[in-house]
Amino acid sequence: MNWDLIKVFADWLTYGVFGLEEGTHAGDALDFFIYDVIKIFLLLAVMIFLVSYIRTYITPEKARKFLGDKTGIQYNFLAALVGVVTPFCSCSSVPIFIGFVGAGVPLGVTFSFLITSPMVNEAAVAVLGGVIGWTATLVYVISGVLIGTFGGYFIGKMNLEHLVEEFVFKTFVGEGMDPETMAWQERRDWAWGETMDIVKRVWPYIIIGVGVGALFHGYAPEGIMAEYAGKENLFAVPVAVGLGVPLYSNVMGLIPIAESLIGKGLPVGTALAFLMSVTALSLPELIILKKVLKTKLIMIFVAIVATGIVITGYMFNWIL
Amino acid sequence: MKIEVLGSGCAKCKTLEANVREAVSELAIDAEIVKVDDFAEIAKFGVMMTPALVVDGEVKLVGKVPGKDEIKNILTS
Repeated sequence: MNWDLIKVFADWLTYGVFGLEEGTHAGDALDFFIYDVIKIFLLLAVMIFLVSYIRTYITPEKARKFLGDKTGIQYNFLAALVGVVTPFCSCSSVPIFIGFVGAGVPLGVTFSFLITSPMVNEAAVAVLGGVIGWTATLVYVISGVLIGTFGGYFIGKMNLEHLVEEFVFKTFVGEGMDPETMAWQERRDWAWGETMDIVKRVWPYIIIGVGVGALFHGYAPEGIMAEYAGKENLFAVPVAVGLGVPLYSNVMGLIPIAESLIGKGLPVGTALAFLMSVTALSLPELIILKKVLKTKLIMIFVAIVATGIVITGYMFNWIL
Repeated sequence: MKIEVLGSGCAKCKTLEANVREAVSELAIDAEIVKVDDFAEIAKFGVMMTPALVVDGEVKLVGKVPGKDEIKNILTS
């Protein structure tokens, strides 16, 4: 898609209609705001619609049948891939966990799914791609799948079944319903409904995020992030990951802020590590998981995922 | 008729319950509406995406919030 057209429009609105002067702080900030908001909403709508349409073919019920009860790292990899395309919100993590483990999917394979699913979702990918760039987004997606694959694999190797609440294994899991009978019109309507639903839910965060990002872009001194959180500061990546845990629903809004931080010299790897931590390690999700996992297993899960994210952050600061 | 709304208290589940209550009162049918929020109970239906709608023990809808008219169709069919 050609974004120049949006740039021309944003310039016209900022400098022509609102009469701000080019090169001023206020002009820079408003121009950035208009451009980003239009671009993000276009990308979000297109991406969510496409993925939701594909999603009508891939349900958690099918994923469970497909994964079965087999162990081996290739199944961890498959589970992580399934996690990329299946729907996820923190309120369905527990039903999916019980549905998988109760039906015999190995614990490690289930974790691969559980780690990657919230980390790599179409809305985050759309906003990341549009705002930070498609190379960084590809890096984000691949890292998300690899962290899920290996994280789940290690958890599986540790034989931690005793740290899962007893009732999960005892639950008889029903077949569910087979949604295969959808006509394409139904798939289209469902996808459209999903798109509207997600856009309605995230738009305030995006507006606020772009607003804060725009102010930072317009007013913060050049290179300020490079000075305090540059590549040579080894604490920057772990601190970024730690900051990400309590922040959850705002990930869409945090991406534009991350963009403006990168603009002022924050290394891309550090920014990606921060965003991964926000999505993969969210406090509300960890609290919900307590219904099925003992605290010790939740801590092991957090430690493994956080380590994976920190390594990813360092690696990309080093390569990019 | 027994209608069960499965969901762990997310916003969507509350919307579904409200829509079901409206549909039932507009259809003026005799139905018992039960909210199921226990995860183990939800899993027994094989449901992994909430909210879900169960009518007389049969799963009718998973992972979405239907409008009032769609619910009416389900209840009368």
